[in-house]
Amino acid sequence: MIRGTSILDAARELNVRAAIDIPKDAYQKVEQLSRQETNRLSSYVLGKILENYDAATKDRVAMCADTGLPRYYVKIGNDAVIEGGMVQLEKALRQATADTTVSIPLRPNRVHPFTRKDNNNNVGMHAPTVDYSFEPDVDWVDITVTHKGGLFGGDYRMLFPADGIPGLKRFFLDSLAEFLRRGMACQPATIGVGVGGTKDMCVRLAKEAACLRIVGDRNPDPEIAKLEEELAEIGTSAGFGPMGFQGNSAVLDVHIEVAYAHTGGMPVGIQQFCYAQRRKTVRIFPDNSIEYREDPRWFTPYYRRETIE
Amino acid sequence: MESKDQKMLREFNLTLPVSASDIAPLKVGDAVFLNGLVFTGREGLYDMIFEKKKEPPIDIRTLGGATINASPTVRETEPGVYHVPSITGTASFRFAKYMSEFLKRYKIRFLIGKGGMSSEVYKTCFQPNGAVYLTTIGYGMGAVYGRGILGVKDVAWKEELGLAQAMWVLEVENFGPFIVECDTQGASLFEQVNDEINDKFLRLYEDLPKFAMKRMGEIGSAKEEIM
Ligand code: SF4
Repeated sequence: MIRGTSILDAARELNVRAAIDIPKDAYQKVEQLSRQETNRLSSYVLGKILENYDAATKDRVAMCADTGLPRYYVKIGNDAVIEGGMVQLEKALRQATADTTVSIPLRPNRVHPFTRKDNNNNVGMHAPTVDYSFEPDVDWVDITVTHKGGLFGGDYRMLFPADGIPGLKRFFLDSLAEFLRRGMACQPATIGVGVGGTKDMCVRLAKEAACLRIVGDRNPDPEIAKLEEELAEIGTSAGFGPMGFQGNSAVLDVHIEVAYAHTGGMPVGIQQFCYAQRRKTVRIFPDNSIEYREDPRWFTPYYRRETIE
Repeated sequence: MESKDQKMLREFNLTLPVSASDIAPLKVGDAVFLNGLVFTGREGLYDMIFEKKKEPPIDIRTLGGATINASPTVRETEPGVYHVPSITGTASFRFAKYMSEFLKRYKIRFLIGKGGMSSEVYKTCFQPNGAVYLTTIGYGMGAVYGRGILGVKDVAWKEELGLAQAMWVLEVENFGPFIVECDTQGASLFEQVNDEINDKFLRLYEDLPKFAMKRMGEIGSAKEEIM
């Protein structure tokens, strides 16, 4: 049985690693962009971004002081047994959020939207957000945490079949125009695009695509994979570097996820995950052993299934 | 001071407070490091001063004339003693409406933040007050900027505004780099680079059809239809 204390300990450590240590895939991509960038301002900034990753890891401090909004993605094996059940698991995640807000520290970003009351622990109504998915025939629990900035880089639009891929490309360009100028999205960023489903589903998928797939990962559907590469190329050739300076280094990668949509619609969500890619995953086994990793492996064939089973 | 290395910018290391002649040589695109005291301010501070009409319990005029739109991560090591491991700027455009009075009343020379404001604000508020705008770099540079923070000298309105919005007075050394976004001439670096980028960027739209359905903002007024 997976114990509540194992979840609490693992979730605390997960937040520490996420806030401080940049995942290797993102680091290497920024390094590559930095080597290739020829614009003086963009190149200076990319060099400093790499220096900042190194400083965070060496000094054991948060890589970005806007530690975003901690958000958990929990994948539960169908055969997993959790001591105290799901209520205990949720409590452990809320406790770990409050504890690490003080210990790392994280910035207490979560406030009541009207009164602006801050509990100083990143916990409140519907905070932190926890999302769930399930996996057949396994008995472990995977917990991924992301700390994502929340103000710029996201957009939603209802497109129609008549808009098609050209419409998607136009909306993609619009979102670059909105958020790459002045570097409001803190690019280089991973851009997640969610297509189909409902309003809320495409936005959710866009965020998961941006935050829960590593740089270089391609969608298993070859047509979608091709479109990912095409959009990444558009993003690169758009002429932006970090901070909206001239360059070709605004995009770490583009990830697209799709959901079956209303027959008359093609809703699209777009989310950018900034270069401070705070993401870490832990797997907890029934014997309470744990394994940390950087690839969330959230999009399993089961999660993307099209059939009844 | 100009470096041969293409990757380098002209770098200036300045001690606060600075005079008009200290900042005269700064040009857009230069990098600046600061020493002395820098205080934080964002929604909470401007709201207290300009909407609630309260004066901060710390006299801002005595602090050296440099402020950053930011909130730090803060650890209280013992009661009343704080450690600030990292700090990140927040987008300044939201505070533009306070600038004219804020810069003048508190004799601010350096407004540091994320992403700058418009050149109109620079021309009407910054230039007349001899203030320049410094933008933080890349923006998610918490750890590097944290290395420049020696300690917390004081904090105001911590209970009223919370840790993220309180006014923190930080003692800094080699705090930077920041890029000069608006110099004493009132020009905006970001607006200059936008002009350079637009030709190439707008060409990407050329073969793409208009959207089937428009949105508010794309129609001229609320009287029109979105179809
Ligand atoms: S967008 Fe990311 S890097 Fe930028 S300030 Fe927010 S959390 Fe930090």
